[in-house]
Amino acid sequence: MPVESLYERLEPLLPQVRKPVQYVGGELNAQVGDWDAAAVRWCLMYPDAYEVGQPNQGLMILYELLNEQPDVLAERTYSVWPDLEALMRRHGLAQFTVDGHRPVAAFDVLGVSLATELGHTNLLVALDLAGIPLRSAERTDDHPIVVAGGHAAFNPEPLADFLDAAVLGDGEQAALTITDLVREHKARGSPGGREALLGRMATAGVAYVPRFYDVTYLPDGRIHRVVPNRPGVPHRVTKHTVMNLDEWPYPKQPLVPLAETIHERMSVEIFRGCTRGCRFCQAGMITRPVRERSITGIGDMVDRGLRNTGFQEVGLLSLSSADHSEIADIAKGLADRYEGDQVSLSLPSTRVDAFNVSLADELARNGRRSGLTFAPEGGSERLRRVINKTVTEEDLIRTVTTAYAGGWRHVKLYFMCGLPTETDEDVLGIAGLARAVVRAGREVTGTRDIRCTVSIGGFIPKPHTPFQWAGQLPHEETDRRLRLLRDAIGRDRSIGYRYHDGKPGIVEGLLSRGDRRVGAVIEEVVRAGGRFDGWSEHFSFERWQDAAERAGVDIDWYTTRVRDETEVLPWDHLDAGLDKEWLWADWQDALAEQEVDDCRWSPCYDCGVCPAMSTEIQVGPTGRTLLPLTAAPAHGAARHAPEPSSHAGAHA
Amino acid sequence: MPARTPDGPPPAPVAQRLRVRFAKRGRLRFLSHRDVARAFERAIRRAGLPIAFSAGFTPHPKVSWLGAAPTGAASLAEYVEIGLAEPRDPVQVRADLDASLPPGLDVLECAPASGGSLADRVDASLWEIRLPAGSGVGAAAALARFLDLDRCEVERRTKDGQRQLDARSAVVHALVTPAGSASPGAWTGGSPGAGAERDCAILTCVVRHTTPAVRSDDVLAALRVAAGFEVAASLATRVAQGRWEGGDVIADPLAPDVFAAGWGPPR
Repeated sequence: MPVESLYERLEPLLPQVRKPVQYVGGELNAQVGDWDAAAVRWCLMYPDAYEVGQPNQGLMILYELLNEQPDVLAERTYSVWPDLEALMRRHGLAQFTVDGHRPVAAFDVLGVSLATELGHTNLLVALDLAGIPLRSAERTDDHPIVVAGGHAAFNPEPLADFLDAAVLGDGEQAALTITDLVREHKARGSPGGREALLGRMATAGVAYVPRFYDVTYLPDGRIHRVVPNRPGVPHRVTKHTVMNLDEWPYPKQPLVPLAETIHERMSVEIFRGCTRGCRFCQAGMITRPVRERSITGIGDMVDRGLRNTGFQEVGLLSLSSADHSEIADIAKGLADRYEGDQVSLSLPSTRVDAFNVSLADELARNGRRSGLTFAPEGGSERLRRVINKTVTEEDLIRTVTTAYAGGWRHVKLYFMCGLPTETDEDVLGIAGLARAVVRAGREVTGTRDIRCTVSIGGFIPKPHTPFQWAGQLPHEETDRRLRLLRDAIGRDRSIGYRYHDGKPGIVEGLLSRGDRRVGAVIEEVVRAGGRFDGWSEHFSFERWQDAAERAGVDIDWYTTRVRDETEVLPWDHLDAGLDKEWLWADWQDALAEQEVDDCRWSPCYDCGVCPAMSTEIQVGPTGRTLLPLTAAPAHGAARHAPEPSSHAGAHA
Repeated sequence: MPARTPDGPPPAPVAQRLRVRFAKRGRLRFLSHRDVARAFERAIRRAGLPIAFSAGFTPHPKVSWLGAAPTGAASLAEYVEIGLAEPRDPVQVRADLDASLPPGLDVLECAPASGGSLADRVDASLWEIRLPAGSGVGAAAALARFLDLDRCEVERRTKDGQRQLDARSAVVHALVTPAGSASPGAWTGGSPGAGAERDCAILTCVVRHTTPAVRSDDVLAALRVAAGFEVAASLATRVAQGRWEGGDVIADPLAPDVFAAGWGPPR
């Protein structure tokens, strides 16, 4: 069946909207595959504006990986802003992809990256604009399979009614496995329809299919149990873990946006996972174990990526980049290689120690030393022990002193408000810390021209973390503490203060730890006009309150309530590898202000991931070095990394 | 504390200035000037051109732009001057740069700068505004009324609110013709266009570069103000930029450079 481009109909609307370039596609390294030649067609969605979604690494990796398969086509779609949405509704234009401008509803699979819960409303809006029924149960064989992935998919329960399936963990192999299942299903004439396909996905363990599980509740509202309602479906769905990142050097040809986006750089993921054990950090918990990309694998990706994109900035991404076992050699090697080349290197890492400063110095060898960011997260040493982000005030002062002495003028400090056991005293400690930082900077530089910015947001307890049982701070109390801190910082002009008010955090908290009953709230909010909840100019707390009331959902019960050990949590049947007993023990340790060491350098503390997932920590050092590329030819083949021999493992 | 200076040697001086004419068309007509600038700087890097940089803590590539066509307007006559730290063959640069840019940003000409300022050779633009089928007669009548006026105030919505400007005095030449006389590539950038295009009308006009600049959509707004002429959709293409020599004649601003390079007679 031919599927036509909607561009001819979209084009006359574009002069009437803001930033039309975000809807036209045509970026460097974008692909428009042959529709009719493709056996399996994926539409990949990031449910936020193009400027946020385009740089997303996960989506870019899957886009390239899927398009590399000979009979697979993958295109992208992003949320359209309300101005275009209104025009599309008036002119009957459906949600389209930016690559081929094909209607999203025509694809076999709609893969949605759930990076943050505040995108949930945008997902529903896009489904509606695409003409795909919101509810999974109402879709027919003519509609795409709607599959979610990304960190927020580790608790997809609030979206259970709207998703056909959710993939937990690394998406590379899972996307290929789903592709195989869809290809096979279609080749056999789709026997049993979408129900049968979803059944195969569930029994193969590649994805969680919410409709195959029944949830029952206790009289007090807590969950009684979650059980499969058909044979062959696993009681617990486990996450996917890709091992040996060097075999997955994606993206090789990153998309280069034409529109302005939030990250205009070539990103290379230098390792996946983190074992630092910060108790608030969902990403650190659900992406274990640590798997490093090798120094030479990183060097090749940087080189190839820069040549394929023309980007001027390289970001070495991970959850704690300074922790790569060969980071010093990587930093030096890249700084040597691109010396005098106007390529800037950045390490978006927030570890507080002098080593981090020397790395930043190395990476900014030729560039300007403007701002350096650290994230102590908590305002007192006691609180930092609770969250297991141990850094003494002495460490912090020593670190910033090194930074200011090295020519950095501006230190940014990130904190959270509302962490478990937090008191006013802890929060006020932030003001004292900021003043001490400025004082140290002035002493070491002999100038008053020193700045420190404090950024602080509300803490949101997340599933699969030791804080999953914690009560979230009510937004009124968050706002009170943030005002207290603002007053304590006062009129000191060398200290900047940036904070986020508590209300969006409560909605994020509701969606993070919500169960299936919260879905009705999301739907109500969307019907009442809610979208782009991550944008303060679009967010309305009242709209969420009203919707919750209509849906009979008590927001406080989901957010500020402390859970006990025996409560069945909505995501207990979804296995991130972490042992629930260990999480509980770590929660108790937190309350007792007991720290735990990083298992990369100290003995295993039995979080459960490696044995449960048959994985292991993969860290170097490899002992190899990054040779400077002496002659950088503009054209022709250079040092390509050996291509992965096959993706055979993915089809197992 | 002494003022900090950047480490390392100063950047290499400019060894060669190249002037480039390029098109912005097809889907990429929706690029803003900033989008175009970013795309160019990346293409220069991908093409491996030895671009020269300014000195200072944040060195900028030596790229200077002539007034850009607005977002949504196509153009066959955008100009940029780039400074290279080592001389290169302009013909090769044109090909390399064009290959590095996405389709829709197309490098049409590249010539070594022969001196003087490019901006001094440009004081007007020739626009072709494609109007929907069936609007030709109405457009011609409205244009006649408009040309009879001395001034025609139109409102333009800007970031800072509504702004009034006179759209009449900058228009030194204008006529409406049936479609077919327009540059065929402007509308689609090579991709197949809609079949209804045959019946379209073309409003051709020469607009002098004034402050504030009068844009093609201001001219259309003026037809509405002057004669109540409304169009649902239009596509404006800047066909030429240069010094206005009367009528619809615009002198090619690269002609002196092409002549100086010994490539041909001044056009």
